[in-house]
Amino acid sequence: MNLILISVLSLGGIGALSAVILYFIAQKFHVVEDSRIDKVEAALPGANCGGCGFPGCRAFAAACVKTDSLESLACPVGGTPTMEKVASILGKTAISVEPHVAVVRCGGSCEYRERTNRYDGVKSCAIVHNLYGGETDCSWGCLGYGDCVNSCTFDAIHINPLTLLPEVDEEKCTACGACVKACPKNIIQLRKKGHKSRRIYVNCVNQDKGAVNRKVCKVACIGCSKCFNVCSYDAISINNNLAYIDDKKCTLCRKCVEVCPTNCILELNFPPRKPRVEEISDIVLNG
Amino acid sequence: MNKLVVSPAPHVHSGNSIQKEMESVLIALVPAYLVALYYFGAGALIVSVTSILSCVLFEYLIQKFILKGEKTITDCSAVVTGLLLAFNLPSNLPFWIVIIGALVAIGVGKMSFGGLGNNPFNPALVGRVFLLISFPVQMTSWPRPMPFNPAYMDAETSATALTALKEHLGNIPSTLDMFIGNMGGSMGEVSTLALLLGFGYLLYRRTISWHIPISILLTVFVMTGIFYLIDPQTYASPLVHLMTGGIMLGAIFMATDFVTSPMTKLGMIVYGIGIGIITVVIRLFGSYPEGVSFAILIMNAFTPLINTYIKPKRFGEVRK
Amino acid sequence: MKSFKMGGIHPAECKFSAGKKTEVISLPKQVVIPLRHYSGKPSIPEVAKGDIVKVGQLIGRANGFVSANVHSSVSGKVVKIDNALDAFGYKNPAVFIDVIGDDWLETIDLTPKVKRVCELEPPEIIKKIAESGIVGLGGATFPTHVKLSIPAGKKAEVLIINGAECEPYLTCDHQLMLEKGEEIVIGITILMKAIQVSRAIIGIEINKPDAILNLEKWAKTVEGVEVVPLKVKYPQGSEKQLIQALTGREVPSGGLPIDVGAIVQNVATTFAVYEAVQKNKPLIERVITVTGKSVAEPGNYWVRVGTPLSHVVEKTGGMPEDTGKIVAGGPMMGRALPSLDISVAKGTAAVLFIPSSDSERGKVQNCIRCAKCVFHCPMGLEPYLLMNKSEKGLWEDVEQNRVMDCIECGSCNYVCPSNRPLVDYIRYGKSMVGNLISSRKTQQL
Repeated sequence: MNLILISVLSLGGIGALSAVILYFIAQKFHVVEDSRIDKVEAALPGANCGGCGFPGCRAFAAACVKTDSLESLACPVGGTPTMEKVASILGKTAISVEPHVAVVRCGGSCEYRERTNRYDGVKSCAIVHNLYGGETDCSWGCLGYGDCVNSCTFDAIHINPLTLLPEVDEEKCTACGACVKACPKNIIQLRKKGHKSRRIYVNCVNQDKGAVNRKVCKVACIGCSKCFNVCSYDAISINNNLAYIDDKKCTLCRKCVEVCPTNCILELNFPPRKPRVEEISDIVLNG
Repeated sequence: MNKLVVSPAPHVHSGNSIQKEMESVLIALVPAYLVALYYFGAGALIVSVTSILSCVLFEYLIQKFILKGEKTITDCSAVVTGLLLAFNLPSNLPFWIVIIGALVAIGVGKMSFGGLGNNPFNPALVGRVFLLISFPVQMTSWPRPMPFNPAYMDAETSATALTALKEHLGNIPSTLDMFIGNMGGSMGEVSTLALLLGFGYLLYRRTISWHIPISILLTVFVMTGIFYLIDPQTYASPLVHLMTGGIMLGAIFMATDFVTSPMTKLGMIVYGIGIGIITVVIRLFGSYPEGVSFAILIMNAFTPLINTYIKPKRFGEVRK
Repeated sequence: MKSFKMGGIHPAECKFSAGKKTEVISLPKQVVIPLRHYSGKPSIPEVAKGDIVKVGQLIGRANGFVSANVHSSVSGKVVKIDNALDAFGYKNPAVFIDVIGDDWLETIDLTPKVKRVCELEPPEIIKKIAESGIVGLGGATFPTHVKLSIPAGKKAEVLIINGAECEPYLTCDHQLMLEKGEEIVIGITILMKAIQVSRAIIGIEINKPDAILNLEKWAKTVEGVEVVPLKVKYPQGSEKQLIQALTGREVPSGGLPIDVGAIVQNVATTFAVYEAVQKNKPLIERVITVTGKSVAEPGNYWVRVGTPLSHVVEKTGGMPEDTGKIVAGGPMMGRALPSLDISVAKGTAAVLFIPSSDSERGKVQNCIRCAKCVFHCPMGLEPYLLMNKSEKGLWEDVEQNRVMDCIECGSCNYVCPSNRPLVDYIRYGKSMVGNLISSRKTQQL
């Protein structure tokens, strides 16, 4: 009995003494922080993805509190609704952020781009890029080993096992930019998500001459300029045998998609084309 | 024409593999195993076979059902762990205790950390020390050596040389007996000669380097030598210390375990000296008659520190 | 026997083509001469489509100081200047020439007599070497005139000639030393004059006793040249290791051989220097070894720069049936080729056919911390640690562990029992740390 009493008292005493000491130390070393940082951090998505350019949501929250204007600060994951919440907490004005999404600009799947040699080594895009142009004869195109997949913290990009190309899940993609940085060939780009999630882009980054490309990949851009000629919004430019569509100027009219001879300009999330009036009357007249 | 293979240089390999390294260790253990079978007979056979089979089985089961990874038993490291565990046990140890030892060695000492390459402590020693602390009586009754002894668990026991020294019991075996292994002790530790043959083989195959065993043995020799010179009545001679107990087995086969030993030559020497010092301290001043297992496990804990701070000699070191 | 001290391995020598007298490969129908020999900017083309060129004519001018001139290795008509796949895995600018006849520039001295006396002054020698497009033929293809232009504040004390040829299979340097011994020694005296040293050492591995004897014989006819036999160990021919073996000095980390007073040149480069300075012949051809376990008749061949490898293979007995991999260079540091549509560059020393049974890497397993990579690294690095940290992207740690000292010899991969791709990650680490260092420099400016 004595033993139990002594044990309880001594251990209890140590515990109580430690608690008192810790209390005083906590008080003395307390870090004074602006309480708004906690409030702002609570309004953020909490993904800690770094897409805003800061190391973690708390750092972004601190930057928001410190700055005078929220103009240069945006959370790509939360988008405009989150920035508006942050603005209302801090009494500042939020800018509306145009939602962006990651776009993989290569269509060279196994079907269209022949594999001419076999790579045996570490399956990492960065390492293979350092070594040579890849298993196909197009040294610009996607290597398919998934450095982009490994870098994504939102599970928004996966390699399709049939085409060996990455595919972006636009519901999950937050345009944080991790995959853009991870791709050693600069194939992935952040582009405007577009009205009703519609977007048009050139699905190729190959800068070799058209004649060479044709033999190497069936859906490569050959720099023929047909798209450039047909665009009335000055949104397309041709540099180094490669066409590029500026998403700020593109009005989604789809004329370039129709004229591309190699089908390398992609249109996403559009409804299927209605046959034109002339075609319908053609069918009616000729049975 | 088939597609050409493209891979980064180099395009040629020595042909070495984990399995070959393990096979080399097993071959080096053959002389000690033959001595164990000779002096400890049926017990040695049963304990060693039980240990090896249990280790392989447990690794296979854990890898398949718990870790859900690929089969790893083909690299033979479980066989080596099993044999080394057996070498650290008395040959009359009941087989169910051996199985528990194997489970702890493989399950706790190796697989819980993620398998080969990830464990910080020598798995066979983890198993052995666990058994020593859990079954102190069974683990410290060693059979006396009897050629081709058919008895297993009821083999006649006697004190070993080290217990005799610790408890001042009297005669220790002759130098020749200690050298060839005609004395009591754990199965694999008795024959200095057989273990040295194994050491020679390992050096020839370049499986291990000389740094760890020599630094351990030299440290033990020097330290016990100093105490022997101070007081030859109380302390045994350094040769007795080197040839009894598990120091030979520990220095050559247990401390040199790849995964748990340092990666640089100087680091290995520091590690060896540490093991030597702790072993001698436990033997001379501790309550256990033998301290090698504890010494090695303690120094295993220091290996990451040694690896961080002791770097190899660099080519073209710029002296500031 | 002299040797470097730290690390190293002993791969099987496989010198199947040793002693095979050199043969000349006939001219192909078209050559594709790369304009980019060193990992710098490609040379600027000096010819255009339709031009008729002669052998030895300048077709590309060096682009900047660390760059080399390129000369036509054939006579004929320029078809186009376009990108072509090279051994470095990417397409780079090259000059395509259809071969017509074998018309050499008149200024080139084609007489076989060895010209022993060099009347030029040192700066003129270096200028001649630069004009002739000489680059290091040991594999790195660093422009020779840059190596010979000693920066202010440093002094050259000894010229080291690399006749080690430590890579398995390769025998092109060996054969050159047997057949052109006198010319090589004269080339050495020319180089000694260019960098103003009075002492030259030729290092040759002891598995080439005939080459040692031949060069010793010719070295006796000049002043200051000594032949030193070396132990057969890889990488004996690596610059830093060779300097340590022959002079005992260690090139400091981050430094160059000139920091310890040494300049190293390969024997084939030395021969090219002789031809350039004494015979006005620019670098347009070299000896390459065609070899492999399944090759019926391995041999050493004189090949014009720009000859497609498919032509070389066709003329030397064809590709063995069981070929899995084709390597340009030796098995330790050579580059595997994705196809034979690649032409011989100045730095191509060999074409090695590896059977498909030897073409697959072993399965990668966990690091068992056996420390073999540490023990065999000739630079005193810890490859297992560098790979570990590179996998995790810890570039500052990787830099602190001296990744930039790595010479990419491949010894660590060779000995690893777990088949870990150590050099691949170290190469990756080197490029990332290189980016880190250069971005740090630009930030400081």
